[in-house]
Formats: sequence, C-alpha cells, structure tokens
Amino acid sequence: MVAVLVQIFGNAHLNLAEDVVQEALISALETWKYKGMPDNPKAWLYRAAKNKAIDILRKEKRVHAFDFSDPERQLLDSGYTMKNTVERYWETDKIQDDFLGMMYACCHPKLSEANQMTFILKTLCGFSTKEIARAFLTTEETISKRLFRSKSYFRKSEKAPKIPSAKNLGQRTHTVLQTIYLIYNEGYQSTHHKVAIRKDLIGQALYLCKTLIDHPKTQLPEAYALMALMCFHTARFPARTDAQGHPVLLQDQDRSLWDREMIEMGRHFIHRSAPKGEVSHFNIEAAIAHEHCIAATYEATNWKNIRVLYDALLQNGYDPILFLNRAVVIMEIEGPEKALVELQSKDLGKDLGKYPLYHIILGDLYQKTGQTQQARASFELALNHSQSESEKLFIQKKNANL
Amino acid sequence: MKEFMFIIRGGEDMNSYSPEEMQQHMNDWENWMGGLAQKEQLVGGQPLFDQAISITQKGSKVTDRPLAEGKELVGGYIIVKANDLKQAADLAQGCPGFDHDCTIEVREINPM
Repeated sequence: MVAVLVQIFGNAHLNLAEDVVQEALISALETWKYKGMPDNPKAWLYRAAKNKAIDILRKEKRVHAFDFSDPERQLLDSGYTMKNTVERYWETDKIQDDFLGMMYACCHPKLSEANQMTFILKTLCGFSTKEIARAFLTTEETISKRLFRSKSYFRKSEKAPKIPSAKNLGQRTHTVLQTIYLIYNEGYQSTHHKVAIRKDLIGQALYLCKTLIDHPKTQLPEAYALMALMCFHTARFPARTDAQGHPVLLQDQDRSLWDREMIEMGRHFIHRSAPKGEVSHFNIEAAIAHEHCIAATYEATNWKNIRVLYDALLQNGYDPILFLNRAVVIMEIEGPEKALVELQSKDLGKDLGKYPLYHIILGDLYQKTGQTQQARASFELALNHSQSESEKLFIQKKNANL
Repeated sequence: MKEFMFIIRGGEDMNSYSPEEMQQHMNDWENWMGGLAQKEQLVGGQPLFDQAISITQKGSKVTDRPLAEGKELVGGYIIVKANDLKQAADLAQGCPGFDHDCTIEVREINPM
C-alpha cells in the first residue's frame, strides 16, 4: 500500500503515505472489532487507504504542497479527474508494478546494503523499527538512523519508483536479488534469534523473490535461480535444529524431516533459471544445495560434484567463506590432512579471525589429524568469538570430547 | 506557448445520471484531460458547484444566486497551453462536456 500511495503523493511524501497506511490499519481494527472481519480484508484495507488518499487530495492539497508537474500525476490535481485517477492506481496490475518499482527504489545502488535491507523491510514488509532491530541484533536507534538516511535519499529522488527499463533491468535486479538473499541469510544463518523473527525474514525473502518471478517484466533467470536456492535451503530448515532449538549438524540431521515439496518447487524453478546456459552464482549455489537435498545420507553425498561447483564459484572471485566451505568438501574427498593444507594455503585468519565457524572447522581438522593441542586452541578461539548460547554449548561439547 | 482558459457553461443535471453513466462520464474526462496532459498542454482546471452569491452595484447588492442561469451558468474551467487561439479552440474540440449540452468559450489569458 505504501508503494501505491507514494505514487499518488510523490516521493517527497513517503511519511504521509506511511501515515495513511497506519490510519487504514487502525480504522480496520476498530471497525472489525465490532462488525467482524470482512469477507475480503485486503480489499477493505485498500478501499480505506484509497478513500483517505482522496480525502487528503481534496482537503489538504495546499497543506502538503504536492508536486503535480508530472503529466502522469497532473490529473490528480483536478476535480474533473482526481477520483477516477486515484481509482486507477489501485488496479491489481498497477499495485503489482508499484510494489516492484518500490522494491527497486529501496535497493537503489546508492544505498548501502544494510540500508537497503532495512528500508525494504520497513516499507514493503511492514516490519516495525523494533522488529528490524531485533532481526539484525542491533538497537532501534541504529535502525532509525538507517531508515532516516534511506528515506531522505528517497524523498529527494525525483523519479517515481518504477521497474527499470530493459537496459538497466539486469544490473538493478541483481542488486535487488542480493538484498533479498541477505535478508534470507539473516533469517537462515543466525542461530541466536528468536525463531519467530527468523521465520518471518525467510518468509519475506521468499515472498519478495516470488513477486519478482510472478511479473512478466522481472522474471529473469537469475531471480529463478535465487528462488530455487532459497527453496532448497528452506526445505532443510525443519531438521536444522533439535527440539530445544540447538543446531543439528548436516551429518546428524533427520533427512526424513526435509520438506520434499519445497525441494520439488526448487527443482521447478531451477529449470527456468538458465535458459541460455548463462549461470549466476545463485545457480551454482542452488546446485550445491540441490546436491545435498538429493543425497539419501550424508555419506552418499556426491562430494566430487560439489567440489566442482565450489571451484566454479571461486573462479568468479575469491571469497574466504567459500574457500572455507570448500575445505570441508576436500576433507570428505581426500581426508583431513589435505583439507588442512588447503586451508593453510591462504591466510584466512585475516578475514575470518572473528568468525566462529572458521575456528570450529580448523579445530575439527586438527583433531582429526591428531593435533589435540592446536584443536583445543582453535575451539577456545571459536568460543571467544561466538555470540550464541547454543553455539557456545556446541563448542564446549567438542572441546570436552578431545 | 501561451495560456488559454476554457470557460465551460451549461450542461445537464448530473444527479439524474445512473452510476454507469456517471462512470462513463468520468472516464471521458480522464481520457480527454489525460491526452492534454500527455501532450504537456494541460495547466489545470476545476469543476464548480452551481450554488453562488453574486455581488453587484459596488458591493451594495448581494444576491445568493448566480448572475447567469441554466445554459449560461459557468460549470467549470480548464487552463491549457497553446500557440494561438485557433489551436486552443482545436484542443477544446474533444471536451466530453459537449455530449452533455455544454458550451465552451476559449479566451487567452492576458499576462498584463
């Protein structure tokens, strides 16, 4: 709704758009409390927001000093055409276009990734500042600052948000997909959040990506690839933690808990993700996730295929995390000695010194090669850098087993 | 380009329209004005209610009726941009008001 109202009021009036949505929600709660939920709550809310917008255009036009100079918006300035024109903004196709347009605006390359994520969660996913702060493990003040920066940049931009032209579409979509993936990762990777928030982030990332692939203009192969990747990861979600919420390692996961339907869906999307053989890093990551999904047991995993895929990923550019993951694959194929040599061939500590998983993997490799002293030191380092209680418990257990 | 005012007079009583007729009428206005806006020739304009107070004789006489009645009553105005009076009159041709018994007077705005 914010995306539509911004089109009506103009970018400079983003806050007004948010206020109108807020008021529509409040009036919904008040009305529904007495009269019960309407048959189509979404349509009810749209109508409430639309009527409020018409009211503002009628009565407070001068107060807000709207800019109607754009021919697209000029008809909003005249009593002859205003109401009809506002109605047009709420036609289903237009709403979809505006939602996507706003998604691209939120992911403007001039904004930092953190600001993009914050802006999108606030404007399109309806998260409160408090919820975003909880999701990113930071303070509400930090989030408010990020929002302030993003919003003031947006308000100053003159062009109405829209889906970019064919020329820029690929590049801009890539940025949007990166941001969606970051939101997804925020929900998926972290073990320290309350489960509800994590599921919310994952749900939102899936929803945002789904909107992109549902629209004829934005259903690019890369978007399908990300969707497939997220489906494969999400499929394994039910087995990733035990009943107490502690992480369960891939080799110990109960594979019967994996969501077969989700895997099927991912497969369906992957088929549309590389029509001309052009692959994005999402394709390769999806292929890796898929290899895990189809392996009946941990031992049956096709590590050789996975190694080829990691090598392909690393060809696009060195990335310490990828390199670390690849070392685990090498351990499965060629044993811990070889993996340790690989891992020590690059100075990973420089980039990953504060990353607990790096020390855990290193510790495991030391342990498997009989270097108990070094293993203990690595686990101690992992413990120092861990932020999560359940992760700390997990490391302590490893340390005790040495 | 210069600015011109369309003074729209007369018209039927819209209260007698069915909702469908009303919607059609609104769509016609949207199409026509939208066309002017797309050509960047629309400046603006508003419809007017027909209740009025007329003040005459140096303000000493106040009547709560418009000076003109029925067909002479101004129902709204539109301001457009055009090169000359002739072109402005051509722009007025498509006005949906004509389907409802309106007349339009086209006048150039004098910047003084």
